[in-house]
Amino acid sequence: MTDKKANVICRCEEIEIDEIRKWIDAGYTNFEELKRILRVGMGPCQGRGCRDIILREISKSTGKPVAELLPGVIRPPVKPVKAKLLAEDNE
Amino acid sequence: MTIKTADVIVVGGGVHGASTTYELAKAGVKVVLFEKEYLGSGGSGRSAAGLRQHFGTETNLHMAKYNLQVFPTLEEELDTGMSLEFTQWGYMWVAYADSVLAQLQKNVDLQKSLDIPSVMMAPDEVKARWPYLCMDGIIGVAFCGDDGHINPQTLTLSYGHAARRFGATVKTYCPVVKLLAENGKIKGVVTEDGEEWHAPKVLLSSGPWSTPLAATVGVDLPVYPERHNLLITEPVEVFDCPMVLCLDDGAYFKQCPNGTFMFGRDDQDEPHTTETTNSAKFLEGVTTSVLKRIPALSGIRVVRQWSGPYDNTPDHNAIIDWTPVEGLLVNCGWSGHGLQFGPSGGRVCKELLMGEKPFVDLYRFRLSRFAENDLFFEPAFI
Repeated sequence: MTDKKANVICRCEEIEIDEIRKWIDAGYTNFEELKRILRVGMGPCQGRGCRDIILREISKSTGKPVAELLPGVIRPPVKPVKAKLLAEDNE
Repeated sequence: MTIKTADVIVVGGGVHGASTTYELAKAGVKVVLFEKEYLGSGGSGRSAAGLRQHFGTETNLHMAKYNLQVFPTLEEELDTGMSLEFTQWGYMWVAYADSVLAQLQKNVDLQKSLDIPSVMMAPDEVKARWPYLCMDGIIGVAFCGDDGHINPQTLTLSYGHAARRFGATVKTYCPVVKLLAENGKIKGVVTEDGEEWHAPKVLLSSGPWSTPLAATVGVDLPVYPERHNLLITEPVEVFDCPMVLCLDDGAYFKQCPNGTFMFGRDDQDEPHTTETTNSAKFLEGVTTSVLKRIPALSGIRVVRQWSGPYDNTPDHNAIIDWTPVEGLLVNCGWSGHGLQFGPSGGRVCKELLMGEKPFVDLYRFRLSRFAENDLFFEPAFI
């Protein structure tokens, strides 16, 4: 059985809230750093599921409003695209 | 205004700045690191992070060998809770022309003389060992099975995290706007928010941003940025695909330990900028080139692309040297192979800053080689 308390925030990389809070408490209070330590926002959804929740956690910890926090970057191609579709036009 | 002081100031929180800060803090030096954003936000974290011992000069090989001695136990040593994702799935240089193959053979002969386990392999041997690679037109490869991959983000962040544990001050989102010198000696730095820090020794390790900072104290560095692009795919089953570097059009690819694939391709027409903008031309070119070599990946999805700057010098080798300003050391200009030199770069800079003899002869890395027209030619650069 899985742990009843497991509270997965980033479903792409299966990262739980406790893990995120641990690194915020260690001083990593921006999304860019948490992304690089935990891979949150690096999966196929690029943070659509976890970004807002993580920014709220950072806000709670630092006292800064969410609007003042750096939200991190969403990279092209935004939605995953099959490699052969990108390559075709060039052939 | 209160002026703060340290024994050593490090400007730039890429892997070399972070590893030097770690080494100094471990040795008990009062060190402060300034980074304009987060650690690794410049070239380091954006690197393809290949680890290799395929070089063609003794200086680079001695340092590369040291790097590969450090990496296997570095996660344990830094002990931060971050995974460095170190793997040794090998690194392959693929030749499509006789002159290229002859140079690879020369490099491998030199590597073997230094006890590096590199080998030359014929096309049929490549086909037998990696049947999924489609290497039409290749005439041979150089391969080193001890080479591999590391996570460049956690590597840089871990060095900084461990440095803090040893008492270093690591200031992120704190850009240095100028260096301060007086009577030919370094004095300190000024940050964007107007803080002044003084130290008798300063290390400038800011990649392509080193050039404008050095200019603030009259030091001319021949280091300029050049944009390079990468992409990462969704994860697939892990089959330990090594780093494959194709020396016809500069395309390369490898599997990362979480199953994703990284594709890259060098392009002479890329802009000389530190702007991390993206290019659709890259996506088309790199997927076309890589899918020819590994057709099994045609259905894989591309998740993200990004870019980052190389810090190029005229001979594509680093500058590790004291500048004409007394007390100002530079370590930059790695030209695209610098991430993997974090361990050795950190060690030699710590040795120089503490007045010790560096463990390798750094003569080839000297700054004056450009003025003397005595360039450091490395046959194995990408």
